[in-house]
Amino acid sequence: MENQNLTSTATANTSLMQNLQEVRDMIRRHKRKDIIFASVGLLALVLALLTLLTLFSDLVIDGYPKFNPDFLTEFPSRRAAHAGILSAWVGSLLVMLVTFLTAVPMGVAAGLYLEEYAPKNWLSDLIEINVSNLAGVPSIVYGLLALGLFVYGLDLGQSILTAGLTLGLLILPIVIVSTREAIRAIPASIREAAYAVGATKWQVVKDHVLKYSQGGIMTGVIIGMSRALGETAPIITIGALTFIAFLPPAPISTTAPFINFEWLSSGFTVLPIQMFNWLSRPDHAFQVNAAATGAIIILVTLLMNGVAIWLRYKIRKNIKW
Amino acid sequence: MDQVSHVTKAESRNLNFYYSNGAHALKGINMPLYENKITALIGPSGCGKSTFLRCFNRMHDLYPGNRYDGQIVMHPDNTNILADGVDPIEVRMRISMVFQKPNPFPKSIYENVAYGLRVRGGKNKKVIDDKVEQALRGAALWDEVKDRLNDLAFNLSGGQQQRLCIARALATDPEIMLFDEPTSALDPIATASIEELMTELRNKLTILVVTHNMQQAARVSDYTAYMYLGDLVEFSKTDDIFIKPKDKRTEDYITGRIG
Amino acid sequence: MMIAPAITPASELTISPRLAKNVRRNFTERVIEFILMLAALSAVATTFAIVAILLYESLGFFKTVSVWEFFTAKEWTPLFEDAHYGIAPLVAGTLTTSAIALLVAVPIGTIAAIYMSEFASYKTREIVKPILELLVGVPTVVFGYFALLFVTPLLQKVIPDLQGFNMLGAGIVMGIMIVPYIASVAEDAMRAVPMNMREGSYAMGATRFQTAIRVVTPAAISGIVAAYILAISRAVGETMVVAVAAGQQPNLTFNPMESAATITAYIVQVAMGDLPHGSIGYQSIFAAGLVLMVMTLSFNIIGHIVRKKYREQY
Repeated sequence: MENQNLTSTATANTSLMQNLQEVRDMIRRHKRKDIIFASVGLLALVLALLTLLTLFSDLVIDGYPKFNPDFLTEFPSRRAAHAGILSAWVGSLLVMLVTFLTAVPMGVAAGLYLEEYAPKNWLSDLIEINVSNLAGVPSIVYGLLALGLFVYGLDLGQSILTAGLTLGLLILPIVIVSTREAIRAIPASIREAAYAVGATKWQVVKDHVLKYSQGGIMTGVIIGMSRALGETAPIITIGALTFIAFLPPAPISTTAPFINFEWLSSGFTVLPIQMFNWLSRPDHAFQVNAAATGAIIILVTLLMNGVAIWLRYKIRKNIKW
Repeated sequence: MDQVSHVTKAESRNLNFYYSNGAHALKGINMPLYENKITALIGPSGCGKSTFLRCFNRMHDLYPGNRYDGQIVMHPDNTNILADGVDPIEVRMRISMVFQKPNPFPKSIYENVAYGLRVRGGKNKKVIDDKVEQALRGAALWDEVKDRLNDLAFNLSGGQQQRLCIARALATDPEIMLFDEPTSALDPIATASIEELMTELRNKLTILVVTHNMQQAARVSDYTAYMYLGDLVEFSKTDDIFIKPKDKRTEDYITGRIG
Repeated sequence: MMIAPAITPASELTISPRLAKNVRRNFTERVIEFILMLAALSAVATTFAIVAILLYESLGFFKTVSVWEFFTAKEWTPLFEDAHYGIAPLVAGTLTTSAIALLVAVPIGTIAAIYMSEFASYKTREIVKPILELLVGVPTVVFGYFALLFVTPLLQKVIPDLQGFNMLGAGIVMGIMIVPYIASVAEDAMRAVPMNMREGSYAMGATRFQTAIRVVTPAAISGIVAAYILAISRAVGETMVVAVAAGQQPNLTFNPMESAATITAYIVQVAMGDLPHGSIGYQSIFAAGLVLMVMTLSFNIIGHIVRKKYREQY
């Protein structure tokens, strides 16, 4: 009896061991796919990043001859060697100023309304649908809007104001969405605490909600502004691709009334337009200028995005509630 | 009845476990798992009972930095499943697991149960059909789902989803089945059906179950282990541990003085 | 509740100063809410203005050109003496460049996403993910430069009779440009798949590859598909790369070796010239813009439906 039992256990053991051997072989086969995919995946990732790196270094190498201070202080010129981007970067700066002043107050206000005030009704739904759809509208369509509405409809011409407003509308959804996300991260308990000591809604919003979400809003604003800085298509569409060898009137002066608004209606060019302009010339010398301008645009936008992403990671890490 | 056999299916020998943050979660655990028995792990939350359970199918290997020290030896082949040379996948093919929250895959009921077979390279439709039916019958789910095997698993109720997960774990004929608080997300009726199922499954395999509910341990298990702060305080027959616990700490827990 | 009429009596009459303050405060609160609502409505106004302008100018266009001709004619030469107004060549150019871009971006982007989400170590992911997000923000005009002056010359070494302006180079660069976008969005979708589903698969003895392909990818499929669709919409609406590198001659062809204008490139080309406001050429860019808007809007809507309707119910 005992003997028999032992044999049967022994047979069971052998079959189990055989079985285990089969399982091990199978696992080895399956794991080969793991290794193959991991290599392919790493390759895809590295390839994509490396390609982009190659392209950027190509740009820097091509534009290298123009990396000198004169490039920043010279106007564009018919002679490539003397051409610079003074009017372009000043124009970019002024257009960005208008964009900032348009998009930030409107976007933050809209985000506040949608998160803190909006009742659940058809109007709020309509606004939400519109915001998400606007984020997907191609930028050139904003150019068409600006051409029809600002340039001819409101007769603002091909001015800094027109460009600033256009880009302001373009980045509005980015600001709205990031404002909402930042606000949503604030727990209800904070609001309740403020209400409990008798604050009105606006006081809660102004003193608490806005204050605690400003980091998150800032990331959205920076990303939006960097997008606006690099946008080319809508600015071309409003007809701003012209030879600009002058600076707009200065917004601030040393004599009364110190501030003027003439610059708003001035003609202008911006960095990406200047790059596109040079890029579309067959002459190689101008393409060097284009490369140098491109390198500067990339540097600035990457820097801005980098700050924004860094800020976002920092906020995520620092959240204490 | 349970004096008939006391074959050890697996045992942990001086098992220590460290999480990646350095926390020493298990401290020198020695404990057997008897074949065709249900062993329950009880103890206050944070005592290491889930950590211990998840050592048995090397779930901790999914997260970098976790470290085992000691052995879990499976019988009759005497394999130390924590050894470096042993592939966690091989361990998981022998020891299956049912989770705290039902976690069906975004697939049909049929494909959920067939998953383990497909992962093992099974292609023969007839064989898979049979196994799926067997497993669903084994999990007492067959009658409820036999007419809608191609429905998405998410459409089942919570209790059905958990039984589906049991069927999924059953389909590959595991030697040991781990249950990590399998009823904590379920209502009392679904809980009762899962408990009944576990006592039936005992005839086919060995079960280790973590439970936060002492009554559940008393109802279903043959052996009970009480753990506290990473230590195994007491291990014995369930009746003994609930009627005459040897250790003061066990008694405090069972009588409700620590929770 | 009765704020407006209550104001005057409150400040003049017998009500206690505290109540008067409450009334004033209530009024301010209402005004603020109203201003905020106006700001939110600006989004609706923008959409409305876009649609209105496109429709209005297109209507002028379709007074001269029949809708039939617009959709059936095979040539697009609104600025020539012998003008033809068939949108087909521009749509063909748009679709060809977009298709090439997707052929590049979808496989690379998806594989990179799966790798990052399921295979890469925590450290790798923490480094690569911000880089991808960073790359999504690179201005597109820069990519135009690459297409024209780097990739096309490179391609010409392999395909000697490739034209200087061609859809192939533009499409490839557009694809490279979209890879980080798809990789980043698809990775987000896969990361959103709860860990307990992965554990369920690993507990069955699945390998990484099996878990990634059989469980995580199907679970995240709606997010991944939405990423593809939004990428299509981006490719269709992309302007600078094609305007710089694909050429500006409308050309009814699907041959990537040839040069052909897209809808967006045409708009840029016309806007660069000096067209009188109200002329047929001026109106034609709005008609083209309307077609573009309809195309991207459809893709966006499909993308949102896919994401909403098949939202994972873990």
